[in-house]
Amino acid sequence: MIDKLKDLNKAFENKVRLGIMSALLVNDFVDFNSLKHLLHVTDGNLASHLKALEKVGYITVKKEFLNRKPNTKYAVTKTGRNAFIKHIKAIEQLLK
Amino acid sequence: MDQQKYLDDLKDIKDIMNRSSRFISLSGLSGVAAGICALVGAYVAYRTVYAGQDYLGYRQADLSSGNLTTLLLIAILTISLAAGFGIFFTTHKAKKDNQKLWDMQTKRLLLNLLIPLVTGGVLCLMLLLKGYIGFLAPLTLIFYGLALVNASKYTFSELRSLGILEVILGLLAMHYIGYGLLFWSVGFGLLHIIYGIIMQVRYGS
Repeated sequence: MIDKLKDLNKAFENKVRLGIMSALLVNDFVDFNSLKHLLHVTDGNLASHLKALEKVGYITVKKEFLNRKPNTKYAVTKTGRNAFIKHIKAIEQLLK
Repeated sequence: MDQQKYLDDLKDIKDIMNRSSRFISLSGLSGVAAGICALVGAYVAYRTVYAGQDYLGYRQADLSSGNLTTLLLIAILTISLAAGFGIFFTTHKAKKDNQKLWDMQTKRLLLNLLIPLVTGGVLCLMLLLKGYIGFLAPLTLIFYGLALVNASKYTFSELRSLGILEVILGLLAMHYIGYGLLFWSVGFGLLHIIYGIIMQVRYGS
């Protein structure tokens, strides 16, 4: 049991982070508002989780302006993609 | 012990991946409505082309320029009605599911649908102007099918098999070129209704 747990990634223990990674994995990029709508979370909550994922290098942030309004886009990094896939595999192993 | 939690996690992951990458507000009812519009349109077109001929003996399609204008009008009306119903039912479903209608997924779906569709449409108009009217039914079916296959990556995967069926029908229609209207009615009418019902039962209200 202990052995199986070691591949589970602490960074993805939270539902919001799991949701962010799921959305980013199947899209080239997703902007802040789409993520908010998709996950039904508040601005502050989402922002803090995005920050945490950015800090460990799993996602990248690109800020740009769309019709003079700030539009922040998020994309998954290679490290993040590998880490998330490993995490899903670990969950699947646990359920076997 | 935490099995349920992890099962939930996996379910969430799958659900979010689907919702974030696919357009899921497409309503089955819009398929049924489009199918009915197509059948009515095909029937009116049939009456126009074969007007005033008895059912015995050989019949010949009347494709004079006057009739062509009528046919074009019928086509435009049919497409507008079908698209209108599609937009209506889809908006309705999006509202009910509390989904945003005009987002990245919708744009991506429409763009990928329109690339083959517009190509086919322009090609058909060119052929029509040169008088190759027999190619219209097969080619509209083929290009519509290819458009569906292309767009299916961004919405329900069932659209892919519908697209493939349309392409096959189109190729058959090209071979049996005199029966264009019949194949057209099956492809745009019957198949839409059948698929619409399937989608409605599977994902409907």
